[in-house]
Amino acid sequence: MRMDAAEPAVRLPASPRLRWRRFVNRAFRVAVFGAVIVVLAPLVAILGTVISRGAPALDWDFLTSLPKPVGETGGGVGHAILGTLILAFGGLLMAVPLGVPAGVFLASDRMPRLGGVVRMCADVLAGVPSIVVGLFAYTLLVLPFKHFSALAGAFALAVIMLPTIARTTEEVVRLVPSTLTEAALALGAPRWRVMLRVVLPSAGKGVAAGIIAAFSRGAGETAPLMFTAFGSQFLSLSPLQPIAALPLVLFNYAVSPYDDWYAQAWAAALVLAVLVLAGNVVARFAMARRSP
Amino acid sequence: MSLASILVPLPDRSPPPARRVVTAPPAAQDEPRVAKMVVDSLSAYYGRNAVLRNVSLPFVERTVTAIIGPSGCGKSTLVRCMNRMHEIIPGTSVTGRVLLDGRDVYGGHLDPIELRRRVGMVFQKPNPFPTMTVRDNVLAGWRLTGTKPPDADAVVEDALRRAALWDEVKDRLKAPGASLSGGQAQRLCIARALAVQPDVLLMDEPCSALDPIATARIEELIHELAPSVTIVIVTHNMQQAARVSENTAFLYMGELVEFGATAGLFTRPADPRTEDYITGRFG
Repeated sequence: MRMDAAEPAVRLPASPRLRWRRFVNRAFRVAVFGAVIVVLAPLVAILGTVISRGAPALDWDFLTSLPKPVGETGGGVGHAILGTLILAFGGLLMAVPLGVPAGVFLASDRMPRLGGVVRMCADVLAGVPSIVVGLFAYTLLVLPFKHFSALAGAFALAVIMLPTIARTTEEVVRLVPSTLTEAALALGAPRWRVMLRVVLPSAGKGVAAGIIAAFSRGAGETAPLMFTAFGSQFLSLSPLQPIAALPLVLFNYAVSPYDDWYAQAWAAALVLAVLVLAGNVVARFAMARRSP
Repeated sequence: MSLASILVPLPDRSPPPARRVVTAPPAAQDEPRVAKMVVDSLSAYYGRNAVLRNVSLPFVERTVTAIIGPSGCGKSTLVRCMNRMHEIIPGTSVTGRVLLDGRDVYGGHLDPIELRRRVGMVFQKPNPFPTMTVRDNVLAGWRLTGTKPPDADAVVEDALRRAALWDEVKDRLKAPGASLSGGQAQRLCIARALAVQPDVLLMDEPCSALDPIATARIEELIHELAPSVTIVIVTHNMQQAARVSENTAFLYMGELVEFGATAGLFTRPADPRTEDYITGRFG
């Protein structure tokens, strides 16, 4: 953020114009710094609040144990941490096999018109409110079976993850130099093998970063889970039963009348924030070091 | 030799017919001068824009043929038509014939995959696969076509020896392909092309990204390879064409201006445009 390079190495005699330009330069610097602080302030405030309120209730027991009935102290969100992981990984299991090939297709430009339509659909899908996605999964996977399930929750998350994965894959596959594709084609390789053996490995880190970003996006979602995964007070591993998730626990506890639960909601928020932030940081790191 | 110095006005009349050597028919196997590949009335297009117009050229077996000409004259397009790499760019098309051993590669009997195994290519910038080791780079031509070499170790050693790289990399075959220097990387690309035992090697300005010492090594290598492979080399560098090739073709504005023995073309060019180009009056 330093702008010293813009200053002349040798101080010229100050003419009125130069003084004016220096003033404008300084004014812009202040304005830009101000904008940065305004943008960063909410992030710092949120993190600060979550940490200060959540940390007191956070201990090993909270991370591993199940909720206790109202009135008893203690208990934790182990079931919800596991549930969020199951839902998010389940979502990836459905979104990755579709999203990565879709991104590869978009990057290939083989069918520009269809590609344009697919790209627009992905962008629209990314902009659909997540509660609508939840409703979609509800109609498709909850109503016909007449009960909530982890499967429906994972599906809803998959729909949310899909555009992220497809678009980041497209972006990083485009960055693979065409000279590599040409080299492989000139050796007689068919296009699908060029993609699998040359292009995707070269873009591997970037694709992984996109997947991690989608994971943390999905892990933080509440609305699509409210009437799909529904939430649960018990530890469940069955894909066909309702399952707990951190955002749902957070929502339920935060609006509950019990002080104990209210405190635990902050701790759950902290756990969720750490999970999502860790995903984002790992994704950023992988993106920054993607191979040329 | 900057583009700005192109002062030669373009003649309105059609250019004089190119000097051509008579190609021996494929049947004459005992003839020493058999054309391995023949380009016959070839035109190539990007969209509706012709970058190559009615070019006919023979490429004599087990010799080096150089293609020279100013930037944008269609040199690269010509070699890319010979292994059907031209068509990978959307909107391109080709008319005319390209014969390999007397059969048209656009005729439908040979798919591009098989063709590209028999007609290898080395590009302007060294492009080893960065995610593969040196060894895997050499074997890439086999593996990427879904075939297994009979003896992988022998294939690797043989290809690297032919590319004059074996002694430099034999102790780091497991190192990433991107870890080699520019000149070594280009020889690795040559080894990669040679590993599938091609009949023809197309080299598209293989030295333009290399320093003079690395360039000299590649030229030496071309000399060593010539008795076993038919080589077509595109070059900007006329001295290089004179040094490595037996025959030279001069392309200008997408048309073949002159073709003949390198020594003759450089000492007694038949076409005034060739003379202008090789004496450095334009290009």
